[in-house]
Amino acid sequence: MATAACIRANDWFCPAYLTQDSDQVVAAVRSHVELTAYALGLALLVAVPLALVVRRSRTGRLIALGIGGIVYTIPSLALFVLLGPVFGFTSSLPVIVALAAYDVQVLLRQLLVGLDEVPADVVEAAVGTGYGRLALLTRVELPLALPALLAGLRLAAVSTIALVTVGAVIGHGGIGALLFAGFSNDYKAQQLTSLVLVVLLALAVDLLLQLALRVLTPWRRAVGRPA
Amino acid sequence: MSLVGDTAVWLGDLAHYRGVDGVPHRLAEHLALTGIAVGVAALVGLPVGLLLGHLRRGGTVVTALTNASRAVPTLGVLIIFSSIASIGIGNRAAVYALVLFAIPPILVNTYVGIAGVDREVVEAARGMGMGEAAVLLQVELPLARGLVVAGLRTAVVQVIATATLAAYVGGGGLGTFVNNGYGRQDYAQVLGGAVWIAGLALAAEIVLAGLQRLVTPAALRTGPVGAA
Repeated sequence: MATAACIRANDWFCPAYLTQDSDQVVAAVRSHVELTAYALGLALLVAVPLALVVRRSRTGRLIALGIGGIVYTIPSLALFVLLGPVFGFTSSLPVIVALAAYDVQVLLRQLLVGLDEVPADVVEAAVGTGYGRLALLTRVELPLALPALLAGLRLAAVSTIALVTVGAVIGHGGIGALLFAGFSNDYKAQQLTSLVLVVLLALAVDLLLQLALRVLTPWRRAVGRPA
Repeated sequence: MSLVGDTAVWLGDLAHYRGVDGVPHRLAEHLALTGIAVGVAALVGLPVGLLLGHLRRGGTVVTALTNASRAVPTLGVLIIFSSIASIGIGNRAAVYALVLFAIPPILVNTYVGIAGVDREVVEAARGMGMGEAAVLLQVELPLARGLVVAGLRTAVVQVIATATLAAYVGGGGLGTFVNNGYGRQDYAQVLGGAVWIAGLALAAEIVLAGLQRLVTPAALRTGPVGAA
């Protein structure tokens, strides 16, 4: 296959780049999605139980959100590196764990807001109808907190997708690796295409999560609509 | 071999605190990058936010712009700016990218602060014969001060974080220790640099959170304001 003219000219905008290096691009996008999914999954696994443990304790909330706030302030590059002694300096775990730590803070805050906003009379009605603690939690409180949680998940997903690129600094950056390669080879189409791919990925996941909210909370669609 | 011990030794070694490659010089570069970027971003974000907030217009655009900016990878913009021939690699490309990412938090917080001032208060000021400029500067701005500072605080902490990447496009700052250390597999230097970066970000956050509390009118203090 002949090299496209825009690649030979090293143009910024060059759709031919995608077909030229498609294997490389697909692999980078896949690794980007995997890193993001692991980070978000890990964050959910930590944030949901943590929210349930601290929700009724003022001190618990202060400690959890305080520690989270400190971690959240540490720049990603530094946090990736500081986790190196624990997980290895060339492993992907520092990237996943660090991004998950940021996400826990966002998710925890949103979950607490969501749980706090469950109306007291709804809880009373459920208890009065004979709901046990577990049923109350899983069938009333968590579903009602779901919109707040998903709003947090959208925010976390978008910023995580953008931040994964920084992982390229320690060799696990998904599409970030293409950015660096494009930089060292002065390959402009690779740089611009990579940037656009990251933004598109973030927007796609954001849309998907909005859609998930609509599907998962059918009762909200009826609100505000004339009968 | 203990990495933590090696890092402590690296941090305590005075040889790492002298010259162009020393911590003080890299720290000064980092602060200069941050100061210039946030300064320029404030020159753009503050007046625009004040004006739009006063007119209570453009809120949707301001919010959409801020949300969209979150999806853009800072590293990508930094690299692309360095590859634009007229900018070139180094601190200049970094400053351009940093300014771009510092504007949204300043703009959105200023806008929300001003536009969120109680309408009745603004009407009362107008009723007393205050001109529009006086309403903005003597009534709305003092009431919105806390949020304006919150925007600057978010911008500073975010720019300190992003400035660590300047080292990867031929610039300076504290990121150079991480970059150089990785290149030589000198993990004590990598960790030493990371400790300084984290310390700087935390110090800035604490100082600016204090400042925010100080300038927020007592009646409007409702605990920590959620970061934008």
